[in-house]
Amino acid sequence: QLFVFVATPGCDGFPSLDSKESYKLVVSEGSLLLSADAVWGALRGLETFSQLVGRDENGTYYINQTEIVDFPRFPHRGLLLDTSRHYLPLRAILETLDVMAYNKFNVFHWHIVDDPSFPYESFTFPELSKQGAFNAMTHVYTASDVQVVVEHARLRGIRVLVEFDTPGHTLSWGPGAPGLLTPCYLGKDPSGTYGPINPILNSTYQFVSSLFKEVSAVFPDFFLHLGGDEVDFTCWTSNPNIRAFMKEMGFGEDYKKLESFYIQRLLDIVSSLGKGYIVWQEVFDNGVKMRPDTIIHVWKESSTPYLQEMANVTKAGHRALLSAPWYLNRISYGQDWMAAYQVEPLEFEGSPEQKELVMGGEACMWGEYVDVTNLAPRLWPRAGAVAERLWSDATVRDLQDAYARLATFRCQLLGRGVQAQPLYVGHCEHEFGG
Amino acid sequence: HLTVTEPVAVLKADEVWGALRGLETFSQLVHEDDYGSFLVNESEIYDFPRFAHRGILLDTSRHYLPLKSILTNLDAMAFNKFNVLHWHIVDDQSFPYQSIYFPELSDKGAYSYNHIYTPLDVHLVIEYARLRGIRVIPEFDTPGHTQSWGKGQKDLLTPCYNGEQPSGSFGPVNPILNTTYDFMTKFFKEISSVFPDAYIHLGGDEVNFDCWKSNPEVKEFMKKQGFGIDYAKLESYYIQKILDVVSSYNKGYMVWQEVFDNKVELKRDTVVQVWMENNYAHELSRVTGAGFTAILAAPWYLDYISYGQDWKKYYSVEPRNFPGSEEQKRLLIGGEACLWGEYVDATNLTPRLWPRASAVGERLWSSRNVTNLRDAYDRLTNHRCRMLRRGIAAEPVFIGYCAHEAR
Repeated sequence: QLFVFVATPGCDGFPSLDSKESYKLVVSEGSLLLSADAVWGALRGLETFSQLVGRDENGTYYINQTEIVDFPRFPHRGLLLDTSRHYLPLRAILETLDVMAYNKFNVFHWHIVDDPSFPYESFTFPELSKQGAFNAMTHVYTASDVQVVVEHARLRGIRVLVEFDTPGHTLSWGPGAPGLLTPCYLGKDPSGTYGPINPILNSTYQFVSSLFKEVSAVFPDFFLHLGGDEVDFTCWTSNPNIRAFMKEMGFGEDYKKLESFYIQRLLDIVSSLGKGYIVWQEVFDNGVKMRPDTIIHVWKESSTPYLQEMANVTKAGHRALLSAPWYLNRISYGQDWMAAYQVEPLEFEGSPEQKELVMGGEACMWGEYVDVTNLAPRLWPRAGAVAERLWSDATVRDLQDAYARLATFRCQLLGRGVQAQPLYVGHCEHEFGG
Repeated sequence: HLTVTEPVAVLKADEVWGALRGLETFSQLVHEDDYGSFLVNESEIYDFPRFAHRGILLDTSRHYLPLKSILTNLDAMAFNKFNVLHWHIVDDQSFPYQSIYFPELSDKGAYSYNHIYTPLDVHLVIEYARLRGIRVIPEFDTPGHTQSWGKGQKDLLTPCYNGEQPSGSFGPVNPILNTTYDFMTKFFKEISSVFPDAYIHLGGDEVNFDCWKSNPEVKEFMKKQGFGIDYAKLESYYIQKILDVVSSYNKGYMVWQEVFDNKVELKRDTVVQVWMENNYAHELSRVTGAGFTAILAAPWYLDYISYGQDWKKYYSVEPRNFPGSEEQKRLLIGGEACLWGEYVDATNLTPRLWPRASAVGERLWSSRNVTNLRDAYDRLTNHRCRMLRRGIAAEPVFIGYCAHEAR
């Protein structure tokens, strides 16, 4: 029998960025003891324990004598799923949460809506999903679905960080919220197409306020991800009312200032709702005035090398999350898990205080080419490389050793019913579908 | 020839294989309206494939593929009018084929006893394929790619040397021993009877000469035969004898392009498979120019995954775009989409193959001028949703959704 001792009792709360996930596991003759400060550490320890149990040729379960003192290197170890480019059935999300727990991931970044579809059923604005989902009956997440996800995650010590990305990436919001998006113009007349959220109307901010009031209540985590990436200025530039506004505000031709104007108001709204926020790096790059406790999510690999961006963000005193080298949707031939594994998030020029501001990172599985048919094999075991990089000590980086352990772990995942793809040639005792 | 009118539709074909293709087409013409009624439009279709050999290569050595995944794949192939399963059944890493004459081959060479294809399994695949009008061409690749054969057949592989001493490792099949040819004669006798197709694929690719060069007996043999230091001649010597063995069983053979490139003497009806991407059009010219039948695989290595809609580049291949006479071009009888198994097993096979292979399927069946990408995109996305409905976990082409998602 494994005896579990948790110093701070109670399992009713939600995990947070500050949760204690450390644990101690002592396996000796006649006694199995798992101790942790908080229940979250016990969960991590139980997962480790489950991986230590082996089975011999006679079918007997055994575990080696061992003493483990373990704790994560980074407190934010996340996985992003995109349910807008392709709808993911509830079952797929729940299964992903299970496997995240096997990998000690503790944040589910739910990029729930975007340009192509709006599957989130809002009770304040039911038209959003009615008009914006791929199919309002079959391709939506009801309030109940969302609660199931939040609770399923909680029980595994996983925070649900929801992202309602604005002002760009919002085309699907338009049909259900007339007047929200900017009408683009062709010369003097509206072209019929739409762009980002219209930042010059009061109705916009009323809408945003109401929506985020609901989102803040539905999602219990302290943080909301507010997006803010890839805002295309073409539509704003084409719109005469916007141009007039720009003049009025003295923004000149600098549409970044207009973007900042919107984001700033959004951040204030969300703050007043008692939530913290995470934003994509453009918000920082474009000089938006943010609260110092804003967390910046570094994702770009092209313009500035991401390590340089990490240095800049932390130098400015902001906490940072790293995703740039971990876009798992960008598949390529061969063992690309190795590149993910070899990333060193703190390998930038900066003071120790700066480096303390790096909270962790996230593996991202954007959905342009991914749905339930290929999600699991594309995610696992590759994401495991990111998980280890975020949990384990910086010195744990031997590729050969990692390969051996990851290959074994992959077979374990198969045994647990996870459709994890192979790392390289070889076999598992029990194959998938065999 | 498919005629859909009231009150009956009529499907006529010269042979049952045409009827199978027509039935597939008919099944795709049936659609459901908003009220759940099934409809088919009045139509008349004359259809026939552009190329006769339209294949998928599966590799069951790098990773074992459970029977079910092979059978599911045969279903998907039929939905896409593929008609050849090129079964690359054994290779370096494992030998899952349970041989009747040489049971030790899989006993010692398979990953485990659970990673084996029994004679019954093999028979099942062949029959399942046959009922769908799909030929099963097995490939027993030699003399390279044979590490796993050495586990169960002593003295088959060449012992490599470190100076004067055997190093302990082994190389390609040993071409200088009579026992090698005794074995191959018996082995291919079995293969010829187990697999009913007129052709067997004999491989012959990527033979590494280092081990042969290190072995003193092989060096001695080279001298005796007057091959000098040209090991391609030794390779040819071996291949020649194997080809003769297989011919004696009245089978035709397919080989990888190296066998042709290294000037082995081939029978007239040999099929050469062009797989090297560099300048494959020129290779097609050379092969057909020498009067041999060819099939094209080079631009269709679907195991080479990349980010984005790579189906477009597979679709855009024009196999007959090589310098040559009309007579030559007729010798190009088709092609194959290859899914090598280094990074593929039953967990990711279906989404990785489909619907990308569908692009190859259309290129090999449809007329040369069916090339419009936008139109293909619309039909391909539709076809992908169709495959989902039929239980094939084909991955998405791009952003969007299917009315009936995979479960």
